[in-house]
Amino acid sequence: MIHIDVNIAGWARRHNFLDALFRAGTAGFAIVVLLLLGAVLLALVRGAWPALAQFGAGFLVTEAWNPVKDRFGALAPIYGTLTTAAIAMLVGVPISFGIAVFLTETCPPWLKRPLGIAIELLAGIPSIIYGIWGLFIFAPFLQSTLQPFLIATHGELPWIGELFAGPPFGIGVLTAGLVLAIMVLPFITSIMRDVFETVPPMLRESAYGVGATTWEVVWNVVLPYTRAGVVGGVMLGLGRALGETMAVTFVIGNAHRISASVLAPGTTISATLANEFTEAIGELYISSLFALGLILFAITFIVLALARLMLARLKRQAGS
Amino acid sequence: MIDKTMSAEPARTADPIRPPVSVATAPTETPAPGARPKVEIRDLRFFYKSFEALKGVSLAFDDKSVTAFIGPSGCGKSTLLRVMNRIYELYPEQRATGEVLIDGRDMLAPDQDLNLLRAKVGMVFQKPTPFPMSIYDNIAFGIRLYEKLPKGEMDGRVEAALDQAALWDEVKDKLGQNGLSLSGGQQQRLCIARAIAVQPEILLLDEPASALDPITTSKIEELIGELKSRYCIAIVTHNMQQAARISDRTAFMYLGELIEFDDTATIFTHPSNKMTEEYVTGRFG
Repeated sequence: MIHIDVNIAGWARRHNFLDALFRAGTAGFAIVVLLLLGAVLLALVRGAWPALAQFGAGFLVTEAWNPVKDRFGALAPIYGTLTTAAIAMLVGVPISFGIAVFLTETCPPWLKRPLGIAIELLAGIPSIIYGIWGLFIFAPFLQSTLQPFLIATHGELPWIGELFAGPPFGIGVLTAGLVLAIMVLPFITSIMRDVFETVPPMLRESAYGVGATTWEVVWNVVLPYTRAGVVGGVMLGLGRALGETMAVTFVIGNAHRISASVLAPGTTISATLANEFTEAIGELYISSLFALGLILFAITFIVLALARLMLARLKRQAGS
Repeated sequence: MIDKTMSAEPARTADPIRPPVSVATAPTETPAPGARPKVEIRDLRFFYKSFEALKGVSLAFDDKSVTAFIGPSGCGKSTLLRVMNRIYELYPEQRATGEVLIDGRDMLAPDQDLNLLRAKVGMVFQKPTPFPMSIYDNIAFGIRLYEKLPKGEMDGRVEAALDQAALWDEVKDKLGQNGLSLSGGQQQRLCIARAIAVQPEILLLDEPASALDPITTSKIEELIGELKSRYCIAIVTHNMQQAARISDRTAFMYLGELIEFDDTATIFTHPSNKMTEEYVTGRFG
């Protein structure tokens, strides 16, 4: 009797020890995430320090990017990053929304699976392939169709005419934005579809039950019910659009200047980094590239923070 | 439960399934003198893919009355309600054949406008399903689909609907709050208010009190008694006492067939069918 008790006590001690070890292990893995984040941030700040010390806050608002004279400013890449991402969202979000609604509300069952799989495949295409396709097929196509059309129809208009001025280069900010739209589309679509499917069938039926049309049900019931998930999906897409490198580098034209026209070539932060790190010489040049990286980090962080804030506000409104 | 009864006494349960066809059609053959029934269902069959959930159901019921549908789970009573506003059509693998006449017009006809039908036939579900919007908008949503009303008139309609659903006094000071902030019973009355706000002719209630506590349930039952003076009400319930308390006529269904349909008092005191008797006395189901 006593003998067995001792054994059980030993067994329990050993198990408690192993469990404590397991718990400590999981905590350790979680801490690694924080350490990595801190290390990346630290490396970026250290790398960017010479440039930040040299140019100060002026780095953010200077358009010039002149390696020969060692004059660097981040405004053009920041502008390009934000503009291409905005175009991608403007085009990609409504299309993703439409596909998700079709998939969850009106799609005949036999088409549902093939379409779902096609969208997931679209998400699996490596970005370099989007870049090649964008450069050799999509850009020439836009050059001969959409861009002349935009110039002809909108180029002369007051205010927005500036947006569509200049010759159709094919490559440029608009093309990069459209390629990005195609790239973020599968991500936003599949998240929207997933959250739309969380709407309880009874809620959906009661909305149709008062005589609402598909559009009225989706806009007034499904979307408010799933808004947190939808905002999350859009933010995920936005994060991707801001950071996407290869495809953008191929089609944006890599010009360090800001043009009012979306048809003109431009650059983004990630495209600049990809293009110039290999050939950067001199401390200030390399440091300026690090500073660009730090800015991209900050932009992504701000986007995420804004998304959280927005969700919190939506939640408060819903609760009151 | 059912299987056990079936296997224990096969002769008693297999037999009574057959006669109901004549019983079922009886009310349609002898409608109330001078008045056409509000709803008349003829040979209604319903299929989930290849499974036949309703096997030729025929019955009719009058305006300004409560008709209760009882029967064990899977007997097809909820399905019957879902046919009446054609909500089943959201699911492509479900289909119905036969006729559902409302005021003599076949609602299953392909040219029938679905949204108009659903405005005419309101439905309240098992669980409260308030829309994710304010209490006011929950009511106004349905009205806005059909009518463009000035603010004052809309306020009046919202108040009237909430008042009819016996909810006005509890929510009049917080109309701007989200419908989901209400208690379960209040949410269900909100859903009833939402259904009657579009001024339907028929109300379908699919176990409207099954998720509610007894006190709230009695409130809903009281409400149904009041709504009867204005609407034609069809209610599905698992609770036989509830059917006995609130309905004028009761239909007993079993495995997709209408077994017996008669005045509620008759069904619960002198049912003509053995199976009905066993069900209402709690011996099976």
